[in-house]
Amino acid sequence: MTLFLGSAVALAILLACSFAALPPTGDYRGPYGDLVNAVTVPERNVTDTVTAVNFDIRGFDTLGEEFILFVSVMGVLLLLRPQGNEPRRRHEDREQGRPAVPISDAVRVTALLLLPVVVLFGIYVVTHGQLTPGGGFQGGVILATAPLFLYLAGEFGNFRKAVPRTLVHIAEAVGGGGYAAIGLACLGAGAAFLQNVLPLGSKGTILSGGTIPLINASVGLEVTGGLVLGLMVYLEETLELKEE
Amino acid sequence: MSYLPYAVAAWLFVVGLYGIVTSRNMVHLVICLAVLQSSTYVLLLAIGYRTGAAAPIFADIPVGTPAVDPVVQALMLTDIVVEVAVVALILALVVQVHKRHGVIDPDKLRDLKG
Repeated sequence: MTLFLGSAVALAILLACSFAALPPTGDYRGPYGDLVNAVTVPERNVTDTVTAVNFDIRGFDTLGEEFILFVSVMGVLLLLRPQGNEPRRRHEDREQGRPAVPISDAVRVTALLLLPVVVLFGIYVVTHGQLTPGGGFQGGVILATAPLFLYLAGEFGNFRKAVPRTLVHIAEAVGGGGYAAIGLACLGAGAAFLQNVLPLGSKGTILSGGTIPLINASVGLEVTGGLVLGLMVYLEETLELKEE
Repeated sequence: MSYLPYAVAAWLFVVGLYGIVTSRNMVHLVICLAVLQSSTYVLLLAIGYRTGAAAPIFADIPVGTPAVDPVVQALMLTDIVVEVAVVALILALVVQVHKRHGVIDPDKLRDLKG
């Protein structure tokens, strides 16, 4: 208890000191934000500066960010892989010792109705990332919820049939490698790695921003693939455990 | 012009840390870690905020309108991705620990060998 109180007081003092040294909220001083805000629209024909920062100005960092996600999905796959000494069980979605609860028609219909809407919305968010808030990461997460609706609407067996694992693997790999390939293509064009070499298009259109929409799409593919893959192994693992 | 967002960030950090320290369930622990990390979102957004300024989206406002800092917002996006990666990995570890040792209370995990 003494240890806890002592550490708590020390932490409180440290936090108070550090926050007191920061400028108060609303009193923004740094030059970088203003610089990016002034430069993005004239130099990149892109209206969403956050996307421009992520996929162009700070594009190299985002490549690393994307690979963080990629590696973490690989780690999850490795940790939850089926192991030789485990008995294989049937994939059935029910609590142990209880009869399976039938899925209600309301859930089925709602999930199936929402499925196309979610897919469309995800694609919209990915493709309009350089115009309005959104982009590959956000849209990819929305797209990855689509298989979840499919899972809610039916049995797990149907889910596995409808979402072919190889396809998800390919999406993940193409998305992850695509970003790096775009960077290398920029090198091939005689520019720096991930330098925006493509024509910028006209402001406010879906293809504006040169390499930004391409990178956006590749990140969207990678995030969708990665999250769906993670979701699949988690579902398989937990449904298996329930069967024990 | 206030320090309130910083206080919120500090509170989230401390509450998450307290949850991690006192946790008796590893799934609960992961959620506490997520709470702790969300303090960094509040902190980043608070640093880039400017009173009365618009969002840094120039789709329907002219260039030159005072806007908040987009760089910290992009950093926050990275932050969220890192959190997803961390949570997914730790939860997979928790599943494995539960499978091998049958417990999810970190204190009962005595027979863990290196």
